[in-house]
Amino acid sequence: MGPTGVEGFMYPNEVELQWSILIVLYPFITGLVAGAFILASLERVFNVSAVKPTYRLALLTALAFLLVAPLPLQLHLGHPERSYEMYLTPHTSSAMAMFGFVYLWYLMVVLLLEIWLDYRVEIVEFSQTARAPWRWVYRILTLGSRNISPRARRIDERVGYVITVIGIPSAFLLHGYVGFIFGSVKANAWWSTPLMPVVFLFSAMVSGIAAVMLIYMAASKVRKVAIDMRCLDTICQYLFYVFVIDFSLEMLDLIHRVYEADESFRSLDFMVHTRLWASQVVLQILVGTVTPLVLLGANQVFKFREGARKAMYAAAGCLTMVGIFAMRWNVVIGGQLFSKSYLGYTSYKLQFATREGLGASIVLMLLPFAILWALLKLLPPWLEEKEPAGI
Amino acid sequence: MSSRLKDAAHLIPLVLVVLAGVAVFLLFRQVLVPKTFGQYGHYRAAALDDIRVRPVSFAGQATCAMCHDEVATTRSKGKHRGVSCEACHGPLAKHADDPAAMKPKKLAGTGLCQGCHKADKAKPAYFPQVVPAEHSGGAECLSCHQPHSPQMQ
Ligand code: HEC
Ligand code: HEC
Ligand code: HEC
Ligand code: HEC
Repeated sequence: MGPTGVEGFMYPNEVELQWSILIVLYPFITGLVAGAFILASLERVFNVSAVKPTYRLALLTALAFLLVAPLPLQLHLGHPERSYEMYLTPHTSSAMAMFGFVYLWYLMVVLLLEIWLDYRVEIVEFSQTARAPWRWVYRILTLGSRNISPRARRIDERVGYVITVIGIPSAFLLHGYVGFIFGSVKANAWWSTPLMPVVFLFSAMVSGIAAVMLIYMAASKVRKVAIDMRCLDTICQYLFYVFVIDFSLEMLDLIHRVYEADESFRSLDFMVHTRLWASQVVLQILVGTVTPLVLLGANQVFKFREGARKAMYAAAGCLTMVGIFAMRWNVVIGGQLFSKSYLGYTSYKLQFATREGLGASIVLMLLPFAILWALLKLLPPWLEEKEPAGI
Repeated sequence: MSSRLKDAAHLIPLVLVVLAGVAVFLLFRQVLVPKTFGQYGHYRAAALDDIRVRPVSFAGQATCAMCHDEVATTRSKGKHRGVSCEACHGPLAKHADDPAAMKPKKLAGTGLCQGCHKADKAKPAYFPQVVPAEHSGGAECLSCHQPHSPQMQ
């Protein structure tokens, strides 16, 4: 982790980092949401039928992670009972207050509606076939209508399409906004760049696509069904393309910084060579970006056997997650390690059993999977395989 | 036409749920937002009254000068003329109200002086700074300097 403690001169309020690992989780989790949703939208809007097996899985993944997305912030701020006030008296000059509305819009208007419309047929069926307590749950979810005639479904399809079309810019907004929050901190040279929202957006897509792919592979393994290789190949193709764009953008930012070499450059450069060497150069760039790009790229050029492909995809997916997490870490933590005077550096001490410690972060990272598991039970996304069309 | 409507009828409860959500939100807002919010700006105007009833802890140097005019005069001629009495002596409203009830602590120099004058890269270069070990070998600052008129004649 490089040298620790304070080196050179820090202003008194810079010695201790205020934005902890929880603030690393926040863009990481929202990124997964936006990425998963964009993958789902691909199928819907652009009619990429190959990725259909992951369509609903991606929607539920997005929902599971979206529900957890505000929790790291709540835990960090420490006063959940006050957080609703942000909605009551929002100030337009507060980027975070506006984020509350972006979040709510995305959750309520986009994700829940789209899932509801897509699952309505099953919900109506389950409301008749499921056992006692659950039957009531499904009955409430039908909102009182049992009309699943082909025409009603066509209307759902059409409305769902419109919502997806609204949903894509919303998903872009959701995560672009997270980047905006960092990018607009003009006092911080590490963050303050208009490229930040764009970089965040593309890295979000990368992580979301990789996450859905891994969840799909894991779920197939658990359910002991064959992985649809055409689907997997297509997802990985997208992952590769988006990753290339993402990497180019990040390199563009880097080259721009190196060339511009403004007054912050020596300080940031020193930091990247010392305190951020392991997490930025090794983990983020070499392990988490270049390696998966090589693995994915090789598959675009050569034709490997199925087993090898699966192994390469799984490895690429896992490394991608490591890389994107490292990227969030380097943005959030890295941005606080150097002094605004550019004369010194501090270090971040990650604790375990504290409110903002590693323990809490692990729990927060497991929570979406628990929610996803419950969602998969409530709204199984794989029905179509068992009961093909004509319901 | 009517059958078209019938097939879209299941969307009506959905719209109602959304509208109900908005209505509940507006209702909550109505109830929860403090009445005086926004009267003067983006805050609760009544907060000013809450703040006003809190006890005053600083008296302000004009008040000190009413009784300690000697010190005030001394100070106004020296380099500390811009430093308020309570910046060094701490909040003394209680003392100013009733000097007999609360007698200010006697101040030691060194720690106090170093808080402002110890050399530090973060301080602007024009501000007088010393490295105490080099400047006075760590001796009590008050053994040479007068706090109210600190420069050496
Ligand atoms: C109403 C008149 C009055 C006001 C106003 C007043 N003082 Fe005093 N102050 C006194 C008196 C009288 C004493 C002597 C008390 C004693 O010796 O018991 C005293 C004592 C002191 C002492 C201690 C002197 C020592 O011998 O240790 C300090 C320091 C002091 N005042 C500072 C201040 C400051 C700073 C203010 C402004 C916030 C202030 N005073 C306002 C009347 C006043
Ligand atoms: C730079 C810091 C500083 C400022 C500003 C300052 N004082 Fe003092 N004051 C001291 C210190 C230190 C002592 C203790 C002196 C000693 O023990 O020899 C002291 C002592 C006193 C005393 C008691 C002894 C004496 O010298 O008379 C009074 C009264 C007093 N101050 C009043 C004031 C008032 C009134 C003001 C504002 C006009 C003021 N001081 C501003 C640091 C300060
Ligand atoms: C609250 C901050 C503060 C404290 C405490 C303080 N000073 Fe000062 N001091 C100042 C300021 C402000 C000036 C004026 C600087 C200027 O003229 O630009 C000053 C000026 C001086 C000067 C004159 C420097 C020159 O340029 O000639 C001396 C000497 C000095 N202080 C000594 C002391 C001593 C001794 C103490 C402790 C009793 C002390 N100061 C406590 C703020 C402080
Ligand atoms: C042995 C006597 C002595 C002691 C003790 C002493 N000083 Fe001084 N100080 C001086 C003299 C003499 C000067 C003026 C000559 C100079 O500028 O070096 C001075 C000047 C200063 C100046 C003005 C420097 C400048 O750059 O204009 C400051 C500030 C100061 N002293 C602060 C302190 C502080 C703080 C302490 C306590 C840590 C302290 N002094 C202790 C004798 C002393």
